[in-house]
Amino acid sequence: MRFWAASVVVAVTVLLLLAGGSLPPLRAVDSPISRTVEAYYVENAIRDMDTPNIVSAILADYRGYDTFGETTVVFAAGLACFLLLRRPL
Amino acid sequence: MISRFDSVVVRTAAKILVPFIQVFALYVVFHGAKSPGGGFQGGAMLAASIILTRFTAAPEISLRYLPDLWALRLGGVGVLIYAVVGLLPLLWGAPFLDYGALPIPGVHANEVRALGIEAVEVGVALAVAGIMVSIFDDLAPAGRRERPSGR
Repeated sequence: MRFWAASVVVAVTVLLLLAGGSLPPLRAVDSPISRTVEAYYVENAIRDMDTPNIVSAILADYRGYDTFGETTVVFAAGLACFLLLRRPL
Repeated sequence: MISRFDSVVVRTAAKILVPFIQVFALYVVFHGAKSPGGGFQGGAMLAASIILTRFTAAPEISLRYLPDLWALRLGGVGVLIYAVVGLLPLLWGAPFLDYGALPIPGVHANEVRALGIEAVEVGVALAVAGIMVSIFDDLAPAGRRERPSGR
């Protein structure tokens, strides 16, 4: 059992290392991630809204819906902890 | 239960540090649209300052910073701020979260978008800070901690 578990770990590790070689290089302009909306964000963030911080502009404006979801998830996690862990004083 | 850290140095240092941490947290939140920072980071720092008082100060003093159930309520208020700021543009026929559509007289649409980002960051900061303190209080209720031994 332990032998099989170890072989699965080794196999997955080797697989991931082999697959990692074919990933696009970091910050490559022609990688699939950079070819969709990224260029639009970088070019228009400063013009669209008065913030020099593009990260904030993307986080809270272009991707505001995601951030709203994140905040709700944080709140839901807190609520779940409250309901599960809290014991009456 | 977590006991109060029984050291004069730690308690005094924490007492002096807490206001500065909170001021810097507010700076990170409110300057988030202009410089590195934002709601998540500033909220985490705000929560850290209050959790520091939970560790070092007496419960009745620490609870004066943020009473027991108010942490969770603060988290809810944060999410509510985000939702309300996001829903406001709907009144002017714009999509959800399109702050630029808000007609604030004398302010250009770009600046309104920046202001919208800022308002939303405040909501995120309150939510993150409140929930972090709330989870800490769930795990170690502030009123029920053991006194340090020998006191």
